[in-house]
Amino acid sequence: MPILKAENVSFSYDKKINAVENFSFSVEKGEYVAVLGRNGSGKSTLAKLFNALLIPDKGKITVGEFSSDDKKSLFEIRKRVGVVFQNPDNQLIASIVEDDIAFGPENVGVPRKEIGERIEFALKAVGMEEFRRSSPERLSGGQKQRIAIAGVLALTPEILILDESTAMLDPAGRKEVLKVVEKLNEEQGVTVIAITHYMEEALFADRVIVLDGGKLAKEGRPEEIFSDRENAVKLGLELPFAARIADELIKRGVKIKSGILTKEELAEELCGSK
Amino acid sequence: MRDVSFGQYYPSFSAVHKLNPAIKILLSIAYIVAVFLVQPFYFLGFLACFTYIVLVTAVAKLPFFRVIKSIRAILFFVVLSAVIQVFVNKTGSPLWEGGFIYTGGLISAAYIVLRISMIVLGASLLTLTTSPVELADGIEFLLYPLKLIKFPVHEFALIMSIALRFIPTLLDETDRIIKAQKARGADFESKNLFKRAKAMIPVLIPLLISSFRRADELADAMDSRCYSGSKNRTKYKKLTFGWGDLIAALFTAGLIVGVVFLNGVYGVTV
Repeated sequence: MPILKAENVSFSYDKKINAVENFSFSVEKGEYVAVLGRNGSGKSTLAKLFNALLIPDKGKITVGEFSSDDKKSLFEIRKRVGVVFQNPDNQLIASIVEDDIAFGPENVGVPRKEIGERIEFALKAVGMEEFRRSSPERLSGGQKQRIAIAGVLALTPEILILDESTAMLDPAGRKEVLKVVEKLNEEQGVTVIAITHYMEEALFADRVIVLDGGKLAKEGRPEEIFSDRENAVKLGLELPFAARIADELIKRGVKIKSGILTKEELAEELCGSK
Repeated sequence: MRDVSFGQYYPSFSAVHKLNPAIKILLSIAYIVAVFLVQPFYFLGFLACFTYIVLVTAVAKLPFFRVIKSIRAILFFVVLSAVIQVFVNKTGSPLWEGGFIYTGGLISAAYIVLRISMIVLGASLLTLTTSPVELADGIEFLLYPLKLIKFPVHEFALIMSIALRFIPTLLDETDRIIKAQKARGADFESKNLFKRAKAMIPVLIPLLISSFRRADELADAMDSRCYSGSKNRTKYKKLTFGWGDLIAALFTAGLIVGVVFLNGVYGVTV
């Protein structure tokens, strides 16, 4: 049984143009799904729909046995689906790290002693134990975003949605955050839906979906999505850097295999071929 | 602008820093009451208050000049009230034959200067030893009884702590906007005060708009973390009371008794 399911969902902000149109999709437990698409393709709207911050105009979103059109299950859904947003500064609400992480559990009425345990667990999961009493102001972007993830984890969600959570970070910060997310996915079995601009981030997903104009344009394994290069570019996707280099090399007559996506593959191919 | 420390908190691990902030606020109020209890011209009462300040400063491991410096902020006000007293108060005898300055004026000027300074010293001890976050916690605790008349204590406290959290963020942003406008030729260094004030408009408007956007995103983040107001909410941090709080309270009570006692001992008469 899928852990999250969207059935023919449509949503419009202004009742004229649909930000998401007739969208159907489901995620299995433990999956890592990347959501790609150009600006305005409806990616972020999707995150808010999955989290019951927005309610679909048409169709239905269900998380476990809870449906987001039932007002009573809003909090049950939000407990199970945590979202980490783009700007770390605009999602931390307290001036001390542990207070911020406590915010979620406090909201759902977790007893005090257990909140302490959850803070410890969440900070450990993102590798920030020694910052428990620090002020977020003093942290780097990547560290702040890890705290934001910890704040979401403290609600023990089943699904973690990253809504362009790495977009405002430098490459080092991006790596930090992705490593934490991968680890959560692999070791704790947290289902991840990563909405992103960076094709590199989509490469280690189990599955990629591409949105265009609010509609599901393509769905498949990362290799499948990027193998049809022309179509990928048409959907507003920029191929991973290594893939573009490989393509250019082939065009210039270097004999390497086609369909290279990652730096590692490219390096191996280049060093192996003479 | 990055280094602007908010308030004048002086971090340290002293016993005074560790006191319950709610108690500290209450004791500061008690101290101010003690200062007001000093009857006109019974100056020994001020000496008792000053001793109290010196002792607390020592226990709090604060540099004494930091505490004294706090008077500077209200120096103008202090001098003004002293001058008014000296020239207006015509009690007692003239300082010299036919002079316009009277002994009564001088004594009451000294009295007022001491009274204001003592209050400021006490208040700054509170802000030097208590971080803004702790102050907010203390205020929240003290406001709890207002829940009986349906005052939204939790919401009020949350607003306070979010405001504190965003002060450095917004300072950063202001700095960025000022730089951006400077790069576009804005003049913030003009000698003309009017021009300078006008140059702030293109800073304030973007700042205002962006803070609304921030508020919007923050609201989403809070919603997605199941925020639903104070209903069914637990609280992770509870203020605790320790022996230190009791000792501090007894010590302050001692000050009040001392001041009342000294009120009958020796006073300057006009």
